[in-house]
Amino acid sequence: MPSLKKQPMSEQEVDKRIHNFDEVALGYTPEQAITEAKRCLQCTKPSCTQGCPVGIEIPAFIKHIADEDFDGAIKVIKKKNNLPAICGRVCPYENQCEKFCVLGKKGEPAGIGRLERFVADYERKKGARIPEKAGASGKRVAVVGSGPAGLTVAADLAKLGHDVVIYEALHESGGVLMYGIPEFRLPKEVVRAEIEYVKQLGVDIQTNVVIGKTISIDELREEFDAIFIGTGAGLPHFMNIPGENLCGIYSANEFLIRTNLMRAYKFPEYDTPIKVGKRVAVIGAGNVAMDSARVALRLGAEEVRIVYRRSEKEMPARAEETAHAKEEGIKFEFLTNPIRMAGENGWVKQLECIRMKLGEPDESGRRKPIPIEGSEFALDVDTVVVAIGQKPNPLIAKMTKGLRITEKGAVWIDENGKTSMEGVFAGGDITTGTATVIEAMGAGKKAARAIHEYVSR
Amino acid sequence: MYRIVAKKELAPAVKSLTIDAPLVAKNARPGQFIIVRIDEKGERIPLTIAGLDVQQGTITTIFLEVGKTTEQLGRLNEGDAISDLAGPLGNPTEIKNYGRVVCVGGGVGVAPLYLVAKALKDAGNEVISIIGARTKELLIFEDEMQQASDELYIATDDGSKGHHGFVTDVLQELIAKQKIDRVLAVGPTVMMRAVAKVTKNHNIKTVVSLNPLMVDGTGMCGACRVTVGGETKFTCVDGPEFDAHLVDFEELMNRQRTYITEEKVALERCGRCRH
Repeated sequence: MPSLKKQPMSEQEVDKRIHNFDEVALGYTPEQAITEAKRCLQCTKPSCTQGCPVGIEIPAFIKHIADEDFDGAIKVIKKKNNLPAICGRVCPYENQCEKFCVLGKKGEPAGIGRLERFVADYERKKGARIPEKAGASGKRVAVVGSGPAGLTVAADLAKLGHDVVIYEALHESGGVLMYGIPEFRLPKEVVRAEIEYVKQLGVDIQTNVVIGKTISIDELREEFDAIFIGTGAGLPHFMNIPGENLCGIYSANEFLIRTNLMRAYKFPEYDTPIKVGKRVAVIGAGNVAMDSARVALRLGAEEVRIVYRRSEKEMPARAEETAHAKEEGIKFEFLTNPIRMAGENGWVKQLECIRMKLGEPDESGRRKPIPIEGSEFALDVDTVVVAIGQKPNPLIAKMTKGLRITEKGAVWIDENGKTSMEGVFAGGDITTGTATVIEAMGAGKKAARAIHEYVSR
Repeated sequence: MYRIVAKKELAPAVKSLTIDAPLVAKNARPGQFIIVRIDEKGERIPLTIAGLDVQQGTITTIFLEVGKTTEQLGRLNEGDAISDLAGPLGNPTEIKNYGRVVCVGGGVGVAPLYLVAKALKDAGNEVISIIGARTKELLIFEDEMQQASDELYIATDDGSKGHHGFVTDVLQELIAKQKIDRVLAVGPTVMMRAVAKVTKNHNIKTVVSLNPLMVDGTGMCGACRVTVGGETKFTCVDGPEFDAHLVDFEELMNRQRTYITEEKVALERCGRCRH
């Protein structure tokens, strides 16, 4: 009978980690990994695999770990997943593979995510092997954006023998993995290593190229046999309430870009500054909000509050992220909605809010928050981070005639990832709005299959 | 890496760098800008485009050394390279035949204005330009602006050249004399605010090119947000040009001061590494 509980994974102590940007979760030792792998029942008809957007043969890789064959394990994973060290850290496995694990019915499911991370880290330390590639097809594919969707499309197509060029607007590739997710949750060294693997497959990455501006989609079409657009959900939502443009108010994107991509936490060694006062309010309760709150804490804030208009139950953040935030002392103001930001000498000083109650379910299926009249109050703040979501990046849509855009501003695609333009495919957040890294990778895999078919026709 | 192919000092602390960037040169239009990052630890800053050479594949940018990054940039020489350069960003200036257009440029703002003035003249406009600086040593692009304009006026704060006073004094005189169909202004925010004030009284359509803080320059962060006509706009993707009469200049100037303390720290540290 396997143990009902997962092997715990060690973490950096709370009082230490709130003062540094080092990774919080420390990963399994080989012994822990083997013990955990042995919990897997090796079901003959496994249901875990149906929860994986990229279709990893989960029991097979776990079997290799149980047999102490870590090289065999990573080989199985990499057949389907080009970025396992990233997924092993940021996948919401509790809603995917692990949700379907039979062990989960009585106790905790097998630690699939932790095991994936373990073998990926094992291989990275050793140096990744480059798999066999198909012979050169002579076909050229341009990939726009080097986030999880773009990297996946590029790697899959390179393995199939196509010549792939990724165009990245920023100076560093990785997209949200680089600018969005903080170092303490996803070390940039890990991201760089997995991008290096994609490059070793033969993918050429051109940074500082803003497609739609530096080169148009039409120009790309002249040069390439197919194009994939994976530019993500980069446009931040704001509250559109009075006072929002005072100094000291950041979109979560700006707050995280300054910190993660530009290393503002190392100012003045690095040139990009960031300003965080003693009291910080983060509006929103998704993963990005948790990341922002925990970054604020590490930048020296004394009191960090999450302000969320619904209740704890409706929070979109992963349970693990919320738990980490709570452990670190982040406070939560549930059923609270900001209505105005008040300032002094141009700087934000107060976040005026109103208390909410939950009414009937709305179109998202969650109970709709309704303001309670007369419950207005103010929080004293020095910094506010608005983390209420992002919209698809509008740049390419605006600059490309003939590309069908949905009402929500996303690039329209059919079930195979084809856009309205011949030879142009898309996937990830640019087509769906904000989702997860692994969903973007799943969309990338699907598009890669469709592109392969299209260019091989 | 983006190689510097030519460097000039146009005025004290005003430098011109011509940089190898063929893709940017090919698609850039007047009114657009670039973002540069000097090295691995550098910040991303927006710079204007003051010249383009499609054949050579180069662009020219002109800047005033006001902070750590521009100082460091000013110390680079021909043959050196910067790590990153992205562009052309923002929307190009809308070039049409408007009739009689006044182009107002202040300080290093004259440099990007030159390409705009030239394009407007080529489109058939009568172009009257007013360029200004604190003192005559700081005046740049006089010859270029002369070529791109039907008439050129100069104003210096200290009276060392041209009109003793502000560009807006000259603008007011011009408005009193003749019908003006459109005004474009590029320069320090205070100057653009003053121009907007003058032309609003006379109901002359005026376009200003804003220079807020920026990070990515592609619409992702919102550091460059400004209020225009009561709505929040992102300068990098919605601008950089906006209707001057709708811009909340006080808010813009307030936001530009966000990192004053940090800018001093960085500049002092940079001074130390030089000596």
